[in-house]
Amino acid sequence: MDDATIQTGSNMNTDANTAPQGGNPLDEGRVGINGLQTKGVHVWFNKHHVLEDISLDFPANSVTGLIGPSGCGKSTFLRLLNRMHEFIPGAAMAGEVFLDGKEIYAPDVDVTAMRLKVGMVFQKPNPFPSMTIGQNVLAGLKLANIKVQDKDSLLEECLTRAGLWKEVKDRLKTSGGSLSGGQQQRLCIARALAVKPDVLLMDEPCSALDPASTLKVEETVVQLSSDMTIVIVTHNMQQAARVSDHCAFFLSDGGPGVIVEADRTSVIFSTPSDPRTADYVQGRFG
Amino acid sequence: MTSTTSLVTPRRPWVNRRNVYKELIPTFGIAGALAVLIVNFTGLAGPLGSYVAFVAAYLTVSFLFGMRHDKIKAFDKVMTTLICAGFFTAFIPWVSILFTVFKRGASAIYWGYFTSDMSVTSGDDELNLGGLSHAIVGSGIILLIASLIAIPFGIITAIYITEIRGRFSGLVRIMIQSMSGVPSIVAGLFVFAILVSGRGFSAISGAVALSILMLPTVARTAEEVLKLVPEDLRTSALALGATQTATTFRIVLPAARAGLVTASMLGMARVAGETAPLIMTSFYSANFSTDTSGHPLASLPMYIYQNFSNGTDLALSRAWGGAAVLLTLIFIIFTIARLASGRAKG
Repeated sequence: MDDATIQTGSNMNTDANTAPQGGNPLDEGRVGINGLQTKGVHVWFNKHHVLEDISLDFPANSVTGLIGPSGCGKSTFLRLLNRMHEFIPGAAMAGEVFLDGKEIYAPDVDVTAMRLKVGMVFQKPNPFPSMTIGQNVLAGLKLANIKVQDKDSLLEECLTRAGLWKEVKDRLKTSGGSLSGGQQQRLCIARALAVKPDVLLMDEPCSALDPASTLKVEETVVQLSSDMTIVIVTHNMQQAARVSDHCAFFLSDGGPGVIVEADRTSVIFSTPSDPRTADYVQGRFG
Repeated sequence: MTSTTSLVTPRRPWVNRRNVYKELIPTFGIAGALAVLIVNFTGLAGPLGSYVAFVAAYLTVSFLFGMRHDKIKAFDKVMTTLICAGFFTAFIPWVSILFTVFKRGASAIYWGYFTSDMSVTSGDDELNLGGLSHAIVGSGIILLIASLIAIPFGIITAIYITEIRGRFSGLVRIMIQSMSGVPSIVAGLFVFAILVSGRGFSAISGAVALSILMLPTVARTAEEVLKLVPEDLRTSALALGATQTATTFRIVLPAARAGLVTASMLGMARVAGETAPLIMTSFYSANFSTDTSGHPLASLPMYIYQNFSNGTDLALSRAWGGAAVLLTLIFIIFTIARLASGRAKG
């Protein structure tokens, strides 16, 4: 690829005017200076072009679902939103990602501070094995050297919001590995919440869980969205319909992945404008 | 079963005891008898010859027992016997070294052996005089200094290769690998040239020579251990807003703690018995000393070597005694490594 297409980083002007005010269907005026937006994002792995021209606004305090068949670049796109993308060897990008009006790929951005604002929950539950349940929840604070006055109440608050408090309150000092898969995933959510992020990215958080645990995590997601921006990648159509307020449908026809359609979830699932979206949400392919 | 309340008793139906009486013991007995015949009527003789005869006889008998069923069963039995025989054969040198060392060394060992030095005793004096306290303490000092140099650098090297993954990590890896092939005498000669020549023997220079040999073992083992830490842990720590330093020191190293202790202990055990580099660096002194510079310092391998060079029967007994103590020391280091890794896991 030529150099011009690779992100060089620019535009640290915090003026709201620099943030894209796209004609995106998700943008209903709720996204201003606060929130998460991408503008003209491309991704490459070495010479392989995997995402093309993705512009999306993620409305604040709501859940945006990223749906689409495997290999269309949803997870890659998600990892781009908190700069976890750059740990993959051979990765490159173009375009801009704005958090609260600031370009997160600008050269003077403190990446670790940015990641404190944009938390992430992974596909596989991954509590830190050498830590207890309580230490796991507070791990982010310890790792980022953040001092907290009242650790116990923060611990309770995070575990309560993650829907795990009742189950673990009597064994906070046992290892995180002793929990079931679903509990571990909610522990990871609690861990992500402890650093008070504005945005929570979830990469197929329920794909390794049983239906009962999935339901609990989904309830947690819906409750969290009252004061957080949540982006969730899912393969499960019913899950997207249950938890998300907005949906973006990604598709790759052999070439780079693109957004076919992005709209309110109710629209995507009832009256999508693109026939491919209709086919996908009705389970006719993918 | 003493319990009468429960009608269900635990059983292990997969353990077939009848096999032990009907097959294993007869096979053993017949093979033993056959082996006695072979040893008496052929050229095979001595313990090793008897062992070979017994293994051959056992193979034949177990094959015949298997053939009572079918060929597949017979092949299975022969393979099982071969694997077991290979296992026991691998044990022979191990057991015979231990046995020989402790048998021959026993005559030299008495309480004073651990509390006195050789300052007023000669190698060919009676065995109730003198000892190797100076060599134990000297070995301990040299090993300690060598560890203080090699373990931090070894672990830092491993961190560079697995965590920082810098531009030169491939090169560093190859260098570390080739460093593990450096002959110990070359390391000794090198340290002699830069530290000893003109200044005299010292414990420090011995430790530097050993640390050169220890570094690749520690670095490579630590690298393997760090690679075993799941990538998930690093990603989730980074996603939580941790810097790479915090991820490495607060998440990755604690997760690999047990393995890193093992890596360090393996490095120590690797060099504890090195002799060649010590001849050129710390050399040997008959006096108890804890000075790390300016004088030669005794060590267990050099104690063995000195007494071996003396050559009289009494000195040779002292050399065997030193060998027994050295083996015990290495055994203790390995045991500590096992305990440390076991406890950290639990």
